[in-house]
Amino acid sequence: MNVVYGSPSFTSEVMGTGYCPGCGHGTVHKLLAEVVEELSVREKTVLCYPIGCAGLGGGWTNLNTLSCAHGRAGAVATAVKKTNQDNVIIAYQGDGDLAAIGMAETMHAANRGENITVIFINNTNFGMTGGQMAPTTLIGQKATTSPDGRDLERHGAPFKMAELIAKLEAPKFVGRYAVHDAKNAIKTKAAIKKGLQMQLDKKGYSFIEVLSVCPTNWKKNPLDSAKYIDEVVSKTYPLGVYKDVE
Amino acid sequence: MSKEFIKGNEAIAEAAVRAGCRFFAGYPITPQNDIPEYLSKRLFEVGGNFIQGESEVASVNMVFGVAATGIRSMTSSSGPGLALKAEGISNLAGARVPSVVVNVARGGPAIGTILTAQQDYLSATKAPAPGGFKCFVLAPATVQEAADLVYEAFDIADKYRTPVYVLADGMTGNMMEVVELPPMRELSELPSKDDWRVNKLEQDGNFRSISSYSPTAEGLQEMNEASEAMYQQWDKEEQRWEAFMMDDAEYVVTGYGSSGRIAKSAVKELRAQGIKAGLIRPITLVPFPKDAFDQIDYGRIKEIFVAEMSIPAQYADDVRWATKSKLEIISVLTSGGVILETEAIVDAVKERV
Repeated sequence: MNVVYGSPSFTSEVMGTGYCPGCGHGTVHKLLAEVVEELSVREKTVLCYPIGCAGLGGGWTNLNTLSCAHGRAGAVATAVKKTNQDNVIIAYQGDGDLAAIGMAETMHAANRGENITVIFINNTNFGMTGGQMAPTTLIGQKATTSPDGRDLERHGAPFKMAELIAKLEAPKFVGRYAVHDAKNAIKTKAAIKKGLQMQLDKKGYSFIEVLSVCPTNWKKNPLDSAKYIDEVVSKTYPLGVYKDVE
Repeated sequence: MSKEFIKGNEAIAEAAVRAGCRFFAGYPITPQNDIPEYLSKRLFEVGGNFIQGESEVASVNMVFGVAATGIRSMTSSSGPGLALKAEGISNLAGARVPSVVVNVARGGPAIGTILTAQQDYLSATKAPAPGGFKCFVLAPATVQEAADLVYEAFDIADKYRTPVYVLADGMTGNMMEVVELPPMRELSELPSKDDWRVNKLEQDGNFRSISSYSPTAEGLQEMNEASEAMYQQWDKEEQRWEAFMMDDAEYVVTGYGSSGRIAKSAVKELRAQGIKAGLIRPITLVPFPKDAFDQIDYGRIKEIFVAEMSIPAQYADDVRWATKSKLEIISVLTSGGVILETEAIVDAVKERV
């Protein structure tokens, strides 16, 4: 039989993940695992995982994993890479982890231009803890701690991380992608592959923001969630390449 | 072996390098700044790395990452900085990542003072952070001992896969003394970390995970039970203290770190005046050297003088526990940067003679 499509050979034997139905994390894990396999870098890859939904994800990619304290993956990844230059180091973080409690580590890691790849899952809320307002929650979007919707005067504006990071001098590749349909997932995979290849070529820091759905906390079914990315989320967070000085 | 006239903080830093430390991350805070300053040059001379972190929090987490790849790593700070590092230290302990954390202690609470004090005893020994764990804690009393204990701390960390907390103080860190520095270790002599370091796959091709948590409740309980077994082994095998003139002592003075050193001077002064004083000075605070107190002749000795630079007293609580409340505790205390005087201890004892 001729296999034309399959799972990366080393994804965990427990196929499927513990994520909620429709969640984007599992898709990104799979894309990451495919890229690691295609580049033959599994033996030298270390995933720096966050606290939050993705903190569950280490085992599902079957890659060596450091579980970082909440928000600290940027600092951990920086130091591991500095002392282990031949390793491929990925910081994989959600919006609470990367843009709230870990903002200092995120910005300083980017500003140092460490030769790492940061994958930032933006689903506009704190997923694991039950849907609280995140730095990325949209204006007007309801969350359990912004029950009337995010209000510009009361809460401030959403943080646009890709745009912020791209303004810094050191980062080499910054882009925002999505995984709610096949076309976008393919682009996301290409961006992840580019980021990891840049690490191998010692070309520097890459930041890949991925808009991801959170059907459970958005209280939408997966199809409506995907539509919400197209019609609403991507209006605040436009997809595209923000910096590419490779 | 050559002797050098060297400042405590620099002796700590050089001893770490000679022990095989090849990574340091830290953040400026007085009175420990000589440590990062020294290492920011020295580590690169030996092929190591230094990062000035964007915060205390980032620094300890950098040590977590690098130590998890098997490289001997250290961070240092002082009181308020240790509070910020607390979750990171908890992560080092929970994930069993060997590492060295130095506290050149200052006065508190909170920002307190940059002057020397011993107000971090409880946080170092009981609860550096939530979650219930222990670090192995060493308390040097001289610059020589600071160099020796930091040097050894890396071996203890590797032996047990644990963070080792060196509780020094501003006095030891900032005075200069003649020190015999330990020899330079070859990295090839150090124990291999290949059986656990995170940047190596298992032999069967499976991935490794270094984490302070487990996917299951039973798994986390097992991790905690393994740590508890380690703490019990420390109690049995690793208690360390200095006993001085204890054989015929009628009055016991005790203190750790700089207070222990001052207490020893007081004991010598009392002996010169014909008073039979003796000293117990803990060198390990965790494990607490309770065997030293079990050896006290409770028939002869009725009270114990506890010297520490902390108000309220902290170390005294462990003395009360270790002596099973059989002795009257007489605390001789200063705080906030006031250095304990030998005479204060001498006078306290003489009042009871």
